[in-house]
Amino acid sequence: MKKQGGGVSKFIQGNEAVVEGALYAGVSFYAGYPITPSTEIAELMTERLPQHGGKCIQMEDELASMCAIIGAALTGSKAMTATSGPGFSLMQEAIGFAVMAEIPCVVVNVQRSGPSTGLPTKVAQSDVMQARWGTHGDHAIIALTASNLQDVFRITIEAFNMAETYRTPVVLLLDEVVGHMREKLTLPPRSECEVIDRLITNVPAGIDYHPYLAREDGRLPMSDFGGVHRYNVTGLMHDMWGFPSSDPTVTYNLMHHLVDKIENRSFEIARYREFFTEDAKVLLISYGSSARSALQVVENRRDRGNKMGLLELNTLWPFPEDVVRRLSAGKDHVVVVEMNMGQMYQEVKKAVPNPERVYLANRIDGVFISHYDIEKVLNVIQGKGV
Amino acid sequence: MPVRDYLRERFFPQIWCAGCGHGQIMGGIVRAIEELGLEKNRVVVVSGIGCSSRMPGYLDFHTLHTLHGRALAFATGVKMGRPELTVIVPMGDGDAAAIGGNHLIHTARRNINLTAIVMNNSIYGMTGGQSSPTTPVHAKSTTAPWGSIDPAFDLVNLVKGAGGSFVARTTTYHTKEMQQIIVKAIRHEGFSFVEVLSQCPTYFGRKNEGGTATEMMKRFTETTTTMGSLRKKEQPALLERGIFVDEQRAEYASTYCEFVKQAREQR
Repeated sequence: MKKQGGGVSKFIQGNEAVVEGALYAGVSFYAGYPITPSTEIAELMTERLPQHGGKCIQMEDELASMCAIIGAALTGSKAMTATSGPGFSLMQEAIGFAVMAEIPCVVVNVQRSGPSTGLPTKVAQSDVMQARWGTHGDHAIIALTASNLQDVFRITIEAFNMAETYRTPVVLLLDEVVGHMREKLTLPPRSECEVIDRLITNVPAGIDYHPYLAREDGRLPMSDFGGVHRYNVTGLMHDMWGFPSSDPTVTYNLMHHLVDKIENRSFEIARYREFFTEDAKVLLISYGSSARSALQVVENRRDRGNKMGLLELNTLWPFPEDVVRRLSAGKDHVVVVEMNMGQMYQEVKKAVPNPERVYLANRIDGVFISHYDIEKVLNVIQGKGV
Repeated sequence: MPVRDYLRERFFPQIWCAGCGHGQIMGGIVRAIEELGLEKNRVVVVSGIGCSSRMPGYLDFHTLHTLHGRALAFATGVKMGRPELTVIVPMGDGDAAAIGGNHLIHTARRNINLTAIVMNNSIYGMTGGQSSPTTPVHAKSTTAPWGSIDPAFDLVNLVKGAGGSFVARTTTYHTKEMQQIIVKAIRHEGFSFVEVLSQCPTYFGRKNEGGTATEMMKRFTETTTTMGSLRKKEQPALLERGIFVDEQRAEYASTYCEFVKQAREQR
């Protein structure tokens, strides 16, 4: 550990950076189940969290882990779990519950390769669509990602902030390379990063509190279990008291509230980084560890006078459509760089006015996508042969 | 406090069929809470999915109606978050022993201070009368039209085997006994498990010529007996009622709180 520029520097893994970010954000409850490549988060949480006064529990499976963090969140905890693809599949039903009942919580998925057990120790980014549509029913979701440890730390804090602000589960969609990669992380001093705490209702005891009556800005002030307001929480369609209802108007309004509170605020949820986009003729769009190789390509080609830029997405969902459309405008080509069979590529094609100019540079074999892989695709697009 | 003050009467009438045993069990729980003098703001009721699991909506506590089978996992999070709260978990037999069986045994193993009350009517009522893990062999259901061949779970033995520190059984006929057992279960410092045999005249009764609700309830006096009774010796097939296990063991949430204190000092 080294002091540097006001903060403490550490040389650690991405999974450890998640724990540092969560502790900074004030996590107070963690429930999980071991799974590669996310296990270090559980290990470090069980060690560090009690030292900060928080609690950890190893549950019997991922379903229980997700349920337990929702229960703890209702008592006022900032709660989190971490897993990988197979465990993320098991969590989906309870993630839907958290969407429906508007429970703030953070779900980390350190992605690995393939459907089913796949390649447990190899990298992939193939849960992008599972993060979006993994749970059943129409809904909106927030999913965030990062490519380097400083950003992993920062985006983990943001995940907690957004969970509290929008009262929603937030998926932190990392990948095996980011999770296991070691690099320097400088921990900022306490006051440097904004930490948003829960909005608590100011309705006094004895006055009827409506847990699901949104304010004008769409936010729902909460009252924790054990407090002075007793109310019902359910995964059924519900009215402003949280009591089950099958009234079409209640259902329609609730569906719109759940989707609109996130989709209509896409602009304020969008996090991204731009590299040399101003004069770029070719734009790469990437995220997570793939963005590291994409940036390498951009820097190499820039050295050779090739006008190339990179848009690195930190917010995957709600898809930052406006940002992608704006930065793709007027480009000769747009190349989406990712480690799946084109999950973000399809989204980008939908967002831009010239989808025929969008290409995919990917790897799906568990091997980390390198700058060579991207260069090969660029050569084909630019007519320079393979 | 009058018992009705624990109810959210504005959400009545409740959804249960006429003659259903679940209302009697809700009555037992509420009277037990009243007897214990628990403050309403200090009680959380967590349920899963099924007929039984609609109970929390009618109770004026902090109530959480969750997913099928997962009530104990949610309740574990609630208890860890606020260990000072009393957490009660009404469950159905399918909810607790089929889809939620894994959570049941692990919650018993941990010995976390929750009170699980399984309302066992041997059938899935909400979906219209399918077999559950406690449907007796040869009994009929909509998914066992020629009689069930699946052996039934003995829930008391299951939870005993999983390390439950308080394990009891009663029925909807024995209302006073039910109330006394629930009082002891809530008082117990650790995981407490109460199986209440309940009647579903609408589905189980109709499929199995069980007769009316009162006839089904009366049958509990013929099929069950108090623990260690002479009748049990004479008729070993009878199901015993009573408290089978009541032991003091390290409770999970309070043990963890102690551990947090130590961890903070060592930091």
